This record gives sequence, structure tokens and C-alpha cells, in this order.
Amino acid sequence: MRLTEHPVLRFERGREVTIYFKGQPIRAYEGETIATALHAAGIRVLNYSANEKRPRGLFCAIGKCSSCLMVVNGIPNVRTCITLVEDGMRIEPQHGKARLPGEAKPPEFKEAKVVRADIVIIGGGPAGLMAAIHAADAGASVVLLDENPMLGGQLVKQTHKFFGKREQFAGVRGVEIAKILEEEVRKRENVEVFLETSAVGIFQEGGEKLVLAVRNNRELIEFRGKAVIVATGAMEKMIPFENNDLPGIYGAGAIQTLMNTYGVKPGDKVLIVGAGNVGLILAYQLIQAGVEVKAIVEAMPKVGGYFVHAAKVRRLGVPILTRHTILRAEGRDKVERAVVARLDENWRPIPGTEKTFEVDVIALAVGLRPSIELLHQAGCQIKYVRELSGHVAVRDEWMETTVRGIFVAGDSAGIEEATTAMLEGKIAGIAAALRLGIADESWLKEMEKAQKDLLEFRSGPFGRHVLEGIKKALIGGVASE
Amino acid sequence: MSEIPSYLRNGYITPEELEKFIPLPSEERLRKRPVAIPDCPQEIPCAPCREICPTGAISMPTPNDLPIVDYDKCIGCSLCVQICPGLAFFMVHYVGDRARITMPHELLPVPEKGEEVILLNRVGEPVGRGKVLTVVPREKSKGDTPILIVEVPIELAWDVRAVKVERRE
Repeated sequence: MRLTEHPVLRFERGREVTIYFKGQPIRAYEGETIATALHAAGIRVLNYSANEKRPRGLFCAIGKCSSCLMVVNGIPNVRTCITLVEDGMRIEPQHGKARLPGEAKPPEFKEAKVVRADIVIIGGGPAGLMAAIHAADAGASVVLLDENPMLGGQLVKQTHKFFGKREQFAGVRGVEIAKILEEEVRKRENVEVFLETSAVGIFQEGGEKLVLAVRNNRELIEFRGKAVIVATGAMEKMIPFENNDLPGIYGAGAIQTLMNTYGVKPGDKVLIVGAGNVGLILAYQLIQAGVEVKAIVEAMPKVGGYFVHAAKVRRLGVPILTRHTILRAEGRDKVERAVVARLDENWRPIPGTEKTFEVDVIALAVGLRPSIELLHQAGCQIKYVRELSGHVAVRDEWMETTVRGIFVAGDSAGIEEATTAMLEGKIAGIAAALRLGIADESWLKEMEKAQKDLLEFRSGPFGRHVLEGIKKALIGGVASE
Repeated sequence: MSEIPSYLRNGYITPEELEKFIPLPSEERLRKRPVAIPDCPQEIPCAPCREICPTGAISMPTPNDLPIVDYDKCIGCSLCVQICPGLAFFMVHYVGDRARITMPHELLPVPEKGEEVILLNRVGEPVGRGKVLTVVPREKSKGDTPILIVEVPIELAWDVRAVKVERRE
């Protein structure tokens, strides 16, 4: 199940270690997550629902959902998708709501380590990294935290070359962009990075912003700064259909994580739901990893992503069934089949058009929604904006929310592209430094350039609806429908 | 609601449909030397082809415009094929009763020079066999994408856009 050869990726694995699943030894490599190692060993069922005893497996693979919770070394609710393996780890499936260990002593709040910087950035993806680079260059001290074990956010699994202009990394693969941005961040002495660190709340304490976070599921840390930039990305959407919780049904991003970040094949035969850019790109990546893609089904009457991405998979023989949807998944403990049907003009399945695909993986590429939980908790005004794919924080042109000193950037500000996330991150980073009086006036020009580049990127047919959405998301902007 | 063009319904474009967006080169030009042709009918924010072209043959007033190649200015260097993030650029060259198609190939195995491969059309159907004349490995490619020049029967010049490499273990 582990890939050794790949047309564009090279996998470097860490030291071999042994973990124990239900007491059975499993080979794993340092640097990979628990869920990845279990997957490579063919284990799909990670836990069971509380009431129906339904088996559940991996779904998002980036710590955003609760589909992979397991009991690790006696501790329940461990997100095995972002927790790295350690030699000798004992891993058990979780049954519903597990009991917390009675004898464990949680850390006391007053013992918390305090880390101070001018700007605290939550999220180390394209937006957060660009924010950190620019805020640091503008003179601010920055602390950047991310709950994943590596920087780069979703860039680390993007094997395709980016669009846009070459000064925005067009023609460069996402994985390479992640390396470039990480290197830039690491060489700045005024940026401190905390990985495997989850922000759990943002508070105002006097003149300071306090970001509470937990590192490695154990250590409580207080990050204190004058401004906070929230770049927490997005979460995969789910659609309703029969058995949509069967192990083997993944968000598209989870498959990319398994396959492109860790070099583990998700399965042998895949059905993809959704012909937006994510679904189309995923199909191509699966073929590159030697996995068979049976079809892409799309409820819309047309391909939603870029045509060129569709053409890439069509010429390798993957059918794209527009006006089709998935009716149900079938299988006992994991996916064995997918049943799809054609839709009529009113989006209703047409009886008699059912088709069954023998697949062991169903990939849902049905869109993302912004991760706004922290912004919501911090009291930022939130508004539903359809064009931005969900609830977003209301902000101004500097990406500052209605809570002074809290900025937003990237997919958590509205679903778009990594290219726009990088530009928004740049704007937010500079804006925060300007707002704090740290950056001098020359930075205003730099920010205006990023704003202009953003407008240019969004000015085509694909960006127009986003621009409509942004009008609604701006402070004092037009009303939502 | 406006009519949905068939290339968006199907995910592939026919040469006839493509010609509505991108004027195709004359037979005379196709015989002269390789010429770059984009299978790129949609306004997406993307410009590396224009930025990399050494002769300024690709016109695109804004990144959201379609790439229109000035076939007289195109020297057939293939940099656009190498850099295109959408893998949508190809080169066509008529030589005698054969055509040489330059195409990206980001799959394993990468064929060897001289190897016979299965020719695939835009729908992924095998339409014949052709010979690989040139392989530019990714290390030498400007956009980290290996490219191939494949010789095909001339009547398939506007159909073949990918190849399948068959290796017996």
C-alpha cells in the first residue's frame, strides 16, 4: 500500500517503528500519522458510533472532523489523523464517547507557558505563512502555530502546478511552494513556529490578545500578542446519501494527504463525487499514484472546475458523468460498491438509470466551508455568504474583522484558491503590522499591490462570484440574500 | 440560462470546437516547423505561457484572456508545453505523411526514445500506435513536467493528446 515510485513526488520515510493496534504489531515510520500507518496496514475501521455501532473511518485527515478519534496509550479522543506515531504506541478503536482516564491529572492553568509576540498567527498554510513572512519583514515579531505536524497547510499535498502569474508561483507545484514558504519563514529570526499546537480560544486581556493553545495533546500554552491573524483554512463538506459514514468514504483532501503527503495508496478503485477543481485534480493525482478512477460524477450539468483539469483526466480515459449523483454506498465494514444515478432537470434521480461501480474508495469533492470557529468564539461578526461557501467573518479591505486586532486570511475568510490565500495572507500580515504602528508607510504600497493582484486574479469568470461574495462580507457591505 | 458548451458538459473539446476559440495554423505553417497550440478555451487566471515565451508569440492582455499564439512568431521551442500548469499546450509538426505531437507526460513509466506507445485521443480511447522520438525528462524541463515528441499518422494529428506506455513485466 505504500508507494515507492511516483512521477512527481519522492517519499522520504523516517526510522521504522512498531505500533500496536488491538495488541497486534504494525510497522510504521517516524513522521507519519497514526491513521496513515493504520491505513497502510489495511485497517479502515477506526471507531464506532455511540448508538448504532456503525463503523467509522478516516474522513478529513487534517484534524477538522472527529471521524478518526481513537484511544491512544489509554487516552481517548486522539485525532489520529494529525498525531504522529511513536515507537510502542498502543492504539485501540474507540466506541462512541470514551471515558477519560480517571487517574490522569490535567495540567493546571497557571502552569501554562507564556509566549509573547507582536502578532499571533493561527494556521501555517499558504495564508498564514505569507502573513508571517510579510508581518516579520515589516518589523513585527511573530508567532505562528499550526495543529498539524508540518507547515504548508494543504500545499503539502498539491502536486499540480499553480495557475496565476509567475511572480505568484504560477507553474510551480504546490508541494514546492510549501517548501519555499517554509524556508522563508524559518530563516526569519523574528518568527517563532509551534507545530502540533491547536488554538482553542481567543480572548482579550487588557491591551493584549490571548490565544490559548494545546501542544501535543498535553501542554497548555498561552500565546500573547497585540494582533491575531486567523488563517485556519477550511473543512471538507459532506453530502447526504445512504451509508455516507462507511469507512472508505473520504473527503478528497484526505486522499491527497494519504497519497501525496505520506505515500500511502487510499485503495485500488475509486469513484469521485464532484467535478470541481478538487475532484478533477484528485482524479489526476490518483492516476499518477497508480490507482484506477472509475468515474467522476457531478450533479451540475457541467464541469465546475477548470476545463483544462477535466481534459487532463478525460484523455486518460476517466468518464465524467455530469447530471449524476451518488445514491448510496454499499459494503459491510467498508466501501465495496457505489450506486449512482442520473438527475432530471429538478435534480431528482431518474429511476432506472442506476449504475453500480465496484470501488473500495469514494472520494467526496463536494466543496469546502470556511473554518470560522475561533473567529466566532472571539466575537467577530459572522455572516452567511453563499459565494464564499459558508459563514465568514465580516472584515474590511485590510482583512481586519469587526473585533479590532483580529484579522482573517485564506480559506477561513471564504473559499478560493491557494493563490488568493497567499495574497490575502500578505495583506493581513502587512495590515496587522501597520495597524500596530510597527510597519512604516512604505508597506502601504506593498499591501496595495497585493490588493491589486487579488483583484486581477478574481477579475475573470471564475472570480466574479467571489467578488460578489466579498462585497457582502465587507463591513457595511451589501446585504445577503 | 445560456446553453452549456459541449466541452464543459463532456470534459473534452473537439478540434472543431477548439477552432472557434483558437484559430489553428495553416498546413503550410504546420509543415515549416513545430508550432504551439493551446487546448485552452476558458478564461482562467493564468499566464505562465505568455511569461515564458521567448519571442512574445503568445498574446494575452490580462491573465484571464485566452492565449492566442502568433504562429509566425512561434519558434517551436516547447517552453509553453513544459510550463503550462493546465498541461494544455501541445505542439504539432507535419513531416511527410506523419505528424509529430509534443505533449506533457507526467505519468509512470516515462517511455524511452524509440519506444512504441499506444496513442490516446482526448477521450482516452486508443486510436493507434506511435513512436516516441524525443523525451525531455523532468529535470531538464522548465516546468518540472516531462515532455514527449510522438510520431503519429498525420490524420490523427488533431486527435492524439496522450499516450499509454505498455510494459510487460
